[in-house]
This record gives sequence, C-alpha cells and structure tokens, in this order.
Amino acid sequence: MSDSSLQNLPKGWKSVPNDLGSDQTAFKGVQWGKAMMWIFLLSDTFIFSCFLISYMKGRASTVVDWPNTSEVFSLDFMGVPVPLLLIAIMTFVLITSSGTMALAVKYGYEKNRKMCGWLILATAIGGLTFVGMQAYEWSKLIHEGVRPWSNPFGAAQFGSYFFMITGFHGTHVSIGVIFLFIFARKVFRGDFDKGKRGFFTTMKSDYVSIEILGLYWHFVDLVWVFIFAFFYLW
Amino acid sequence: MSENLEINKNKQKQETTHKIGIYLWIWGLLFVLSFFSYMVDWYQFQGLLRWSLILFFMFLKAGLIMAFFMHLFWERYTLVNVLLWPMTAIACFVGLMVAEGKYTVFTRFIYFVLGE
Repeated sequence: MSDSSLQNLPKGWKSVPNDLGSDQTAFKGVQWGKAMMWIFLLSDTFIFSCFLISYMKGRASTVVDWPNTSEVFSLDFMGVPVPLLLIAIMTFVLITSSGTMALAVKYGYEKNRKMCGWLILATAIGGLTFVGMQAYEWSKLIHEGVRPWSNPFGAAQFGSYFFMITGFHGTHVSIGVIFLFIFARKVFRGDFDKGKRGFFTTMKSDYVSIEILGLYWHFVDLVWVFIFAFFYLW
Repeated sequence: MSENLEINKNKQKQETTHKIGIYLWIWGLLFVLSFFSYMVDWYQFQGLLRWSLILFFMFLKAGLIMAFFMHLFWERYTLVNVLLWPMTAIACFVGLMVAEGKYTVFTRFIYFVLGE
C-alpha cells in the first residue's frame, strides 16, 4: 500500500469503473510485481484447467472402467491397506506449508526478520517432504506396472493423465521449494530490511516479495485442492 | 500535515498485516475440510452424494485459500474481477467438454459394442 490517498477512493463495486477509467494505474495499491504474479497465476490456472478438463473428457469417454483410485493409491500401514493414506498425508503436509507461508508473509510485513525466515524455511521443508512423497508414489506405481500407455488396473489413459497432471504440479512445487530456500537466505541475510538490490534488478528489495512468493506457494496448494478432489477422490 | 501522514501510515499498517488469529482460523478450517473430504472416500459414499460433497469441500477450501491466504478478500475489486471473470471461460470449456465426452462415449459404444 504505497498510495496513502487510497483511503479516499471509492470502495466496493464503485471502485471498478473508478480504478479502470481513471487513465492511471489500474491496480491501485498493488505493487507491480504482485500484479504480474497474479497474471502469471491466472495463465497457470488456464494450463492446469486444460489438463484437468482433458482428464475429465478422457475419463468420461472411455468405454473401459476407470481404475479405482482408493485401491490404486492405498498404502499398507502395519499390514492393512489404508485407502489414499499417502495422498491424505501429502494434502496435510501441503496445507501445513501453506499456513506457515501465510504467517511468513504476515511477519515479513511486520519486519520480524527471524520469524519470517524460519517460517519460510519451514515452508520449504514442507514442500520438500511433499515432493519426496510424490517421488515415492511415482516409483511405487511404476513398480506396479503403471505406464503412460497402459496399466494393470483399468483404462489405459489413467497413466498418462496421472503422470502429466501430478508431474506438472510436482514441478511447480519443486520450483517453489528452490525459490523458498533462496528467499529464506535473503530474509536471514537482511536483504529486505536494508533494501539491498537484487541479483537481476537494480530495485531495492522489499518485504512485498515475500507476499509474491506466498501467492505462488498458495497457488500450488490451491491446484492440489483441485487435483485431490478430481483425480484422487472422484 | 505530518500528523495526517502518521495517521495514514497507521491505517496502511492495519491494511497490510492482519491479526494472527485469522490465519490460524483459516489454517484450522482447511485441516478440518481436508479431513472431511478424505472421509468422503473413507466411508465410500457413492453417486450424487459423493460428487456434491467433494465439490462442496473443494470449493470451500479453494475459496478460503484465495480469500485469506492470498489476501483477495482485502484487495480492491478491480484486481478481484480481473482474476475471477476469466474463470467463467473455464466453466464454459468444462460444459463444452462434458457434452463432447458424452458424445464420444456414445459413438464408441455404437461402433465398438454394437459391431461393424
């Protein structure tokens, strides 16, 4: 919120024609990097939607039975197969990391350097745990004979959709983890307190970067909510 | 003048940082909702009940994450509208592909099952 006159502008629906028609900055009070991250996330939404819609179409149009996901993704716990156990744990891990990220953003804006850094680090470790469990899940399914072109459980399309969708999501998580570690280092070093200039830019660092990073990380969690519902539960 | 600036600064502070309670509440709610959606599978609900429960918990979780974790609840409407209206295009696409999928499976049944 750089513009202090923001308080005097109209609020609610009236603000839309006011902000868009004023021949000035459309997204008032939104740092440009944050607006660009939102637009990137919107385009990413379209990519993931295309994946999930093609999965829906493929699943709806196959004449062979779809594999029973709660059996395919069950995990033996003390000799008893528990349906979707690993997926449930992965979901909780990702939500936990989303929570720590939200708190990191809050402490960042409060200029609480230590708390912010530790929470980002916790988020990164959560993401790393998630990717590790996904790697385990992939190797388990590959061992059981799931391939992009065939699988022993049912419709052949299952494998290609599974690897494509979870793989693309896992890539997003991995990239997020890399950035989380980089930003944890920056926070601990005090870049955002001192306004140190970044690696690729001459602009001064600001804690708004943590919010932008947080937007990306919450988006990854958001996509998982949809994958969990449509791919694993449906 | 400087007093005014000071007041504005305080107002800004209130807008950018929120009380920790709201985050913890949302966090807890997300856990509970995830647990409920897992229970949908655990108790093997089938048919319309399963689909509606899955969608209900999914949209609730997505809404909470977007509104509070991604701060959309506190953003100005212009940004919110720019982000949410394109979703109607996705909804249209889903509708089209549902119809298309039904048609494909119909033709497949005709040609694969009923014969040459």
